[in-house]
Amino acid sequence: MEPRPRSFYVLAAVFALFVLFLYGPTITIAILSFQGPQGGLTFPMNGVSLHWFADLFEQQAVGDIWGSFGRSLALGLMVMVVTVVVSVMGGLAFRKKFRGSGVLFLLIITSLIIPSILISLGVGLIFNIAGLNVHWSTSGFGSQLTWTLPFGLLIMFAVFNRFDASYEEAARDQGATPWQTIRHVVLPIIAPSLIGVALFGFTLSYDEFARTLLTAGSYNTLPLEIFGMTTNVTSPVLYALGTLTTLFSLAIIGVFLGGAFIAQRRRARRASDAGKGLV
Amino acid sequence: MSELEITAPAPGRSRAGAVQRIPEAVTAWALASPLVLVLGFFLVLPVITIVVVSFWGSTEWSFYPAFLWDNYEFLLTSPVTLSVYLNTLMYTVLTWVFTLVIGFTVAYFLAFHIRTQTWQIALFLLCTIPFWTSNIIRMISWIPFLGRNGIANSVLMDIGLVNEPVEWLLFSDFAVVLAFVHLYTLFMVVPIFNTMMRIDKSLIEAARDAGATGAQILWNVVIPLTKPGIMIGSIFVVTLVMGDFITVRFMSGGQSASVGRMISNEIALLQYPAAAADAVILLLTVLIMISAMLRFVDIRKEL
Repeated sequence: MEPRPRSFYVLAAVFALFVLFLYGPTITIAILSFQGPQGGLTFPMNGVSLHWFADLFEQQAVGDIWGSFGRSLALGLMVMVVTVVVSVMGGLAFRKKFRGSGVLFLLIITSLIIPSILISLGVGLIFNIAGLNVHWSTSGFGSQLTWTLPFGLLIMFAVFNRFDASYEEAARDQGATPWQTIRHVVLPIIAPSLIGVALFGFTLSYDEFARTLLTAGSYNTLPLEIFGMTTNVTSPVLYALGTLTTLFSLAIIGVFLGGAFIAQRRRARRASDAGKGLV
Repeated sequence: MSELEITAPAPGRSRAGAVQRIPEAVTAWALASPLVLVLGFFLVLPVITIVVVSFWGSTEWSFYPAFLWDNYEFLLTSPVTLSVYLNTLMYTVLTWVFTLVIGFTVAYFLAFHIRTQTWQIALFLLCTIPFWTSNIIRMISWIPFLGRNGIANSVLMDIGLVNEPVEWLLFSDFAVVLAFVHLYTLFMVVPIFNTMMRIDKSLIEAARDAGATGAQILWNVVIPLTKPGIMIGSIFVVTLVMGDFITVRFMSGGQSASVGRMISNEIALLQYPAAAADAVILLLTVLIMISAMLRFVDIRKEL
């Protein structure tokens, strides 16, 4: 190998600083969440304890954290399932041009880049005018889909762009019905990408704030609850909650990425040619 | 995510000679129908509703159907609007410059200096993982750094740069831009990295063989070829910052104004028609900015 140019070391240092910038603050609050009972929001550490984590488990000390966590979890799973299903269907539909596909594609992009507050305000207004109550599982659910679906669809578009259609043709030539072709040929080939779509669906929903603000109704999701806490909670209990929910997110990310990795490995070991359907 | 492409897939091979009972168009529409329903009800209808309600009238506690230009008249003649927009634009420009420079540098390092694909993927994931965690928590996590007794101030005082704590670190415009850069640089890194990975490395070798210096290669080869990625990242960053209300509110301690905050304040006061008019102007502004950016590069042609 040729020796590394000097620019490599400069850029590597910049990259290291960037990673420190990305993760440093989160690591800091993770450390500070172990503050002693007398400790404050900044260093120095006033002893080390699990006091603030224990506080999270006392209903009176803070708001309805566990209720909101349960709702965020349920909502995240709902959004995840629907994002995967609708993205796959949408991806299949977009493999050929159809009447209106150009407009629909523009709508998908619009959904991605429209300022979130417009969705929040618009959906809130519709429910208000129609005399319906906003609720996290109806209006909140739909609003979040406008954020997760574009990501799912763009991943599916990329996947189907590289999809080798001859595998389907082979199945069809052997007499498979369209449904059998999808079920036994297409889905196994795109399966690892679906794990990625699911990851986007769940995590983006779990952390979503702006689009849920006016559409969640009287029962808060976790991000809304946490934001409410920032105005009236001035103890490290906020950090303890932040640390726990970040650990939860990291665990989810780990499970999904690990799952995708294992799926690839297993496929390679079984010498299956399913992955070769992507060219 | 590295293969993410902002383009509709090319039409597949035609099924020559296939006998089909269901016409293709019907199948395509059936498959797309859930998507159409969701986007129709939660994207198109909300925008239409906002446009309609922006002409409605309001009392202190309710709003009623009407066709009035009052909301727009008030908005467009108020000196507050202009200063709020200028402030938001300042955030947008500053954030855009910083995220672009940092994002480009990081993507360049990953794409051209990391030699094995495994390391590229690992380091790329390292950069994207925070995207899947909570923005609110990531904002909160600046408190111990920037606060009056925070790490930044302790360090500054220890090395003798300042004698008393710097007050403008947290709850200031500085903190707002810092948080934006912290939250949104990812949106630059991903599309720029994606475009860079598709640059044919032989082009760079050819430039080097022809005697170009590193700077010349960067300026005349890499940057022009990376333009689509830069534009996609820029569109993300600009729209995210223009519409933001939560970062500005939290990081400025409620002291700075932005268009998004103006809208959310009106919503809190139940002034929905005024908020709707504000939202329409915001949407138009964002659309104008995006189309201006698209003039510099034809994304459809370049992809």
